[in-house]
Formats: sequence, structure tokens, C-alpha cells
Amino acid sequence: MTAKLLTGNSAAAWGARLAPVDYIPAFPITPQTEIIEDLAFWVDRGELDARLVTLESEHSMITAAAAAASSGVRAFTATSSQGLLYGMEMIYTVSGWRTPFVLVNVSRGLASPITLESDHNDIMAARDSGFLQIHCATCQEIADGVLIAYRLAEHPEVRVPAIVNLDGFYLSFTREPVDLPDASKAAAFVGEYDPENLQFKGNTPLSQAMAVLGGGPYSYFRYETHLAVERALSIYDEVIEEFAATFGRRYDKIDAYCMDDADYVFIMLGSFSTKARDAVDSLRAAGNKIGLLRPRLFRPLPAALLRQWLRGRRAVAVIDQNISMGMGGILHSELATALYGIDKAPLLASYIGGLGGRDISQQEFFAIADELNLAYQQGAAPPVRLLYTRNEMTEMRKLQAIAQAEHAEIRQAEGKS
Amino acid sequence: MFRIRFHGRGGQGMKTASRILGSAFFRAGYEVQDAPRYGAERRGAPIFAYVRADRKVINERGIIDHPDLVVVADDTLVGMPAAGVTQGMDAHTLMLINSHESAEVWSQRLNTEASILILAAREDVADRASLPYIGSRCAAAAAALCGVISREILIAAINDELAHLSTDVIERNCQIAQTAFDQMSDQSGLVKQGGSLSAADYIPPEWIDMPFEKAEVSNLAIHAGATSVKVRTGLWRTMRPVIDYDRCSGCTWICSTYCPDGCIDVRADGYPEIDYDHCKGCLVCVAQCPPHAIESIPEQTAREQESGEQT
Repeated sequence: MTAKLLTGNSAAAWGARLAPVDYIPAFPITPQTEIIEDLAFWVDRGELDARLVTLESEHSMITAAAAAASSGVRAFTATSSQGLLYGMEMIYTVSGWRTPFVLVNVSRGLASPITLESDHNDIMAARDSGFLQIHCATCQEIADGVLIAYRLAEHPEVRVPAIVNLDGFYLSFTREPVDLPDASKAAAFVGEYDPENLQFKGNTPLSQAMAVLGGGPYSYFRYETHLAVERALSIYDEVIEEFAATFGRRYDKIDAYCMDDADYVFIMLGSFSTKARDAVDSLRAAGNKIGLLRPRLFRPLPAALLRQWLRGRRAVAVIDQNISMGMGGILHSELATALYGIDKAPLLASYIGGLGGRDISQQEFFAIADELNLAYQQGAAPPVRLLYTRNEMTEMRKLQAIAQAEHAEIRQAEGKS
Repeated sequence: MFRIRFHGRGGQGMKTASRILGSAFFRAGYEVQDAPRYGAERRGAPIFAYVRADRKVINERGIIDHPDLVVVADDTLVGMPAAGVTQGMDAHTLMLINSHESAEVWSQRLNTEASILILAAREDVADRASLPYIGSRCAAAAAALCGVISREILIAAINDELAHLSTDVIERNCQIAQTAFDQMSDQSGLVKQGGSLSAADYIPPEWIDMPFEKAEVSNLAIHAGATSVKVRTGLWRTMRPVIDYDRCSGCTWICSTYCPDGCIDVRADGYPEIDYDHCKGCLVCVAQCPPHAIESIPEQTAREQESGEQT
């Protein structure tokens, strides 16, 4: 098997092709559109035996994917950012239908201000929806992640939809070597989709989205979905063993790097974690015993495993590429919850970085590591830090000065007229 | 690790250039990462693409701040701060510019310690930025300068990346690339791979604490009219529409109405006038004008004519 250079978007399309999928409802949005373009190209040339339909919105697109899955076919779709938000009503709705399908989200910051570049607030908005979430750091993981996501979502003990997340630009448009799984092995690994009692047919009326009166039945259905998502934790281990045995690549729930003797830890999601890997190498060479944890599976959150990895470490830097207004980094909050009350809990420091595609430099990782050392010596975590430099502020001030000058000009013109 | 940036304008094939070089490195046994950076992905707008190549797995991501090689397909970009051509260049960097001017002129003009090479083309080519196959030329020159890619591998990479095009076009690209590769072959290996930063000795980031500012300062209000005036999108133009007033029928509305950027005004005398500070050179007006009174000329030629008139 030989590797080829593929973008993250292309790798996602290959994942869908290899599963293989039957039905692809689509709607374009940057930086995701290439996924749909690749799939459309293959469908057009007869290389992929699937039906691709362009819908009028993400709301309809997600509805169509779930409805198709209810009729017993394997559905795939993709979106990003504002598109995911536009479809959010259905994201929450269809997980309750208990219909498995895979949605690839190409992470992009949310408006306002509007941007095309990556951050994780879009995917975090789907955090509590009942979709499983697999976060990728390389193009290889994306192709493999789509296959794993189908296995997990379609498992009879899970049966909820799954999101495979990749970062815009840093993965979506970036080519890397990808070793594509063999088509027949991939199809055998994913297996046939068994829709069980989901037999939605034109001639067999079936209500998938019934109303309930009273909190009792409502609580039952909601908590069952929660339990199913949690069940994916143990199912994931089975699926991943089989994946490793078949394809030789292992994707533990949490990617752990240099953790065995680590006193200090970086923890973060997504493709920026590969930068942290380089930083770990440099810091280790300079005598700092630091490691890196990257949850691949974010929903369900492997909380017990996080506790296991972090108990007894000196200090942990959580680097969030997202922000919950009025609270801060979301992964930081989740870690604090996971670690609350355990003995030998590490100090937990919160960093917000990489918003709207803003890069995180190696020097910044080094400086974070220095702060962790200091925090341990002082016995207290530093205050939350936005990764933002004096230069960036100077540039911001220049933009503001222009805006203010324009504003003054317009005021003056208005005064004259 | 090799770190290479290609700068050009939308339509000049910089993404393809980065992919050809990426594929060539990959075929030569390197781990590779290549990516374009989009923003305003329109013809004429400044864009760049980059390639990383190493013998081990590449964990670095995103824009290259300290390039080993910077390739510039269009020398009019160098003076545009927004294009970021010179970003992170130092004595270690090699810069290859497609230009009529000499390396010495560029060294002085940029006041840079970087080594500068000129991408050779025939002297009689007026508009070097619109040279056909500029993407393949740039990729081939870069491949030669890196010194680890053979001519055969380069040609195979061009065939990989242009496979969707006709045989004639691929063949022509290969010929042009071979010429550029051979022209640079005496400089083979001039690009030096940069290392990685040391955590033992680094310049710490100058972080600041974000101050609280009231909404009247920190909201997002921008006055569109004034902003549009200040952003000189005319710098994107590679071809310039020029009105021949002897032919213009003074219809008063067609070119100005079709201009997608509102850059054509009708003067008091009823004739149109083009705002070259903001015209992006899309040439819709050229296509729409009923008496064919608007022609297009290369921007470079137009500028040379202008500076000739001034002196």
C-alpha cells in the first residue's frame, strides 16, 4: 500500500467513498466545499455508487441525511461553521431519532466578526447534541476517522450520528501523505449498515419524531441517548482494536505523547496539537519533562482515562481553541470537572489560543511550559491567558485608528450637509 | 526541513506550483506538506502557497514564518505589505524573483540580507507576470535550487499534478519547466534547510493582558464607504482596461453599470472614467462595451508608459 498526498478535505471524501456511502445530501460552505466536489466528481464518473443531492440549506441537508439513515441507507454529509449553526435545530433533533450517519465538520470560527479560518467554537456548539465527536489532527486520521465513525455510530448499542472534525486551512486545504485503506478491507471493516427497527418506507407509516407530554417520557428518551453516547466509550476500544489489527494504525481515545514520566502536560484538541508535539521534543531536549494529551474522542469524553493520565502530574496547560463567553475555555472547564476531587490532582492552567486561525508559535508553547514550572513552584495556577502579543495589539490599534478617522470624516460630512 | 513559500497573484498558478514541488519532494522520498493560503481568491489578488519537506514526519503547520526559499512570480507584489512577501526573510533566506530588474537593485531596494536571484526570461517579454506557465517555471526553478530533486522526478511530478489537462498543455509545461530547471542547475543546492527552534534559548512572546474596552470602542462598526476608498484594490490588477474616447459613443451607462466594483463613473460631459485606484482589472467592461472602445493592456506596460510620460 502506498501513500499519496491528499488534502484533509480529500481525505474526508475518501473516507466516505471507502465506507462506502449510499446517499450524500450536500450544501456548500468554505472551507468544506471540496469534500462535496470530490464526491460529486466520483459519483458523476460512476466511481462511487451513491446518490448526491444538493439541498437548499444545512437544515434540510441534515434532515435528509437522518431521514435517509432511517430508511436503511448509509448517509454522509459535511458542513462548517455558520452552516453547522444553521442546521443546529436538526443536529439536536436527529440524534434523538437514533439514526446513525456521519457528518464531517471543517472547523471555522463563528461570526461575528466573520472569518474563514479555523477555530473550534462551531464544533463546540454541537457538544451537547447527542452526536459523537471524533477530532482529527492529521489528514490520515480524517480518512480513517470517517470509517471508525461509521462503525461506532452504527453499532447497535450506540446508534447515534457522529461528527468527524477537522480544522479548516490547517487540514482542509493542506496536503499530507495519506495511506488510503484498501477499498475491500475498508468495506469489510465498516460492514453492512443494519438499520434494525428503522424501516422508514413510503408504504409503512412510521413516526420518528413524536411529541411527548410530561417530563417523565421526555427524560427517558433524553437520558437513553446520553447513555448510548457514553456506551460508545467501551465500543470505541473494540472498534479501534479491530482497526489496528486490520490497518496497522492505532487511534486510542486519547493520543498520549511522551507521557510516561511527564511532570507537565499540554492538553488540546485538533491539528495544532502536532505543533505541541514539536514543542514537547524541543522542551524535552532542554530538560523539561513535559508530555502531550490530545483527546481524539471528545463526545463521549473519556473522563476516567483523563483522570488516569493526569493523576500525580505537577501542572497541566489546557489550550483551548474556543471560548465560552463568560466562562472561558471549554476543554478547561471539562477537565476541571473531570479532575474535581481526585487526590494528587495537577494544577490546571487555562490558555485560549488559535482563535480564528491565529497561529500558536513554538515560543508560546515554550513560554507556557515555563509558566507551568513556575506555577508548580508557587503552588498556584496562573490566571487565564489569551495568547495575544503586543504586536498584535499594535496592529489592532492601527485598524481602530483608521475606523475612527473614517467615522470622524463621516460625522464631519454629515455636519456640513 | 525545507521551508518554501511561493508568492503570486490569483490565476498565476502558485497553488499548482506548490503542488508540483510538493509532489516532486514526495517522489524523492520526503515527507511533505503543501498548502495554498486563500483569502480573497480572485484573479489578480495576492495569494501565496507553501511547501515543507523533511526526512521525518512533519508536525509543523500553517504559514511558514522563516522561509529557506521565497519564490516571487510577480515582482509588483513585493512592495505590497498585505502580500507579506518579505515576511520572516533573513540572511539565511534565498529569494527568487521573476523580474526585469537585477538582483542588486532588489537587494538595495529591500535592504535585505537575503540572497536574491532573478528568474531568467527573455528580455523582450514585456509583462513577465503574465508569462504563460509561470507556475511550472517557478516550481522547476525551486526544485533545482533545493538540489535534491532530479529532472526526471520533476517531470513526473508535473505529470501528476496536471493530469487533468490535455497532453499538449502538459508537454508544454514540461518543456518550460526543464528549461527553468536547467537554467538554475548551476545554483543547485543553494537553498539551505532551516533547523528547529531551541526551547533552551528562545525569545519569549510579548504577551499582553487584553484590556476591557467599552462597546463604543470594541464593537465592529466600520464605515463601508470610507473603507472601500482606502483599500486600493487597483493593486490587484494585472491587465488594465483603457477607454479610447475617440471610439466611445458616450452611451452613459453600459460599462459603468456592468462594472462589478462600481469603479466606472460617468463624468459631467457624459463620458465614462475608470477609477484605477480600485479597478481590479476583471475586464467585464471590455467585454460589454458595444463599440469596443475599451481595450486591455498589461498593467506593467501601462505603468511604464505612465512613467515615460512623466519624465
